[in-house]
Amino acid sequence: MADENKPRVRVPKTAKKGEIFEVKTSVTHPMENGSRKDKDGNVVPRNIINKLVVKYNGKDVFGGDFGTAVSANPFLSFHLKAEESGKIDLTWTDESGAVFTTTETITVEG
Amino acid sequence: MSNNENERRLSRRDLLVAAGTGLVAVAGIALAPRAALAAEGEADKLMADLIGATKPAEGKITLTIPELAENGGAVPVGISVESPMTDKDYVKAIHIISEGNPTPNVASYTLSPACGKASINMRMRMAKSQKVRVVAVMSDGSAYIARKDVKVTTGGCG
Repeated sequence: MADENKPRVRVPKTAKKGEIFEVKTSVTHPMENGSRKDKDGNVVPRNIINKLVVKYNGKDVFGGDFGTAVSANPFLSFHLKAEESGKIDLTWTDESGAVFTTTETITVEG
Repeated sequence: MSNNENERRLSRRDLLVAAGTGLVAVAGIALAPRAALAAEGEADKLMADLIGATKPAEGKITLTIPELAENGGAVPVGISVESPMTDKDYVKAIHIISEGNPTPNVASYTLSPACGKASINMRMRMAKSQKVRVVAVMSDGSAYIARKDVKVTTGGCG
């Protein structure tokens, strides 16, 4: 499961202090909305990623709460301001309780 | 000859129309029970839950969605909100609300001054052609709204 749902995140390796950079993310996940049926006519149980938490050096900086209208393999990009070198932690949770995490490192110069 | 021709064309057209209606009917059955609830009223209710009695003003939001979406399963949505994003003045939250999906809530994002700018991109499902609302809540509690009409060729909720 964890391998199937591996998140992909793109963050620049380095940035100048004060620079605003884009964080691009996507996770392989069906985002089952609970109204789809399989080929035998059985309802596929609902299971969507409903939460994303982003921390920059341990501090909450960005978050998302998602409904069933977020597309499968959810793509999301947002921005962060380069203040200091360190770690950007992203944690997604789905309704089955599965947790997908990834940590990116960024070096802030100047 | 020309009469025959007309009749033939007509009957072919009738067939196509009939086939089309059949498809729509099937799609209608699949979506109807919940779609019926999800009209503008549902969107209004959700908006009231999210921002309370605050009256959102027009402006500050640039909402980028294609006017015509071929695949309702993944419609690209770009949102950017004018804001200095300082500790005293920043965008606190961005909500995306659908007026035509079985459920109105699409996504809510929480932002902070550490974002530097309030600009996000995502992809959403659209069950049918509809209006999408984006509401931005500022750190002082004020709110802004933008709406966009999107025509969907193939719905993406099933």
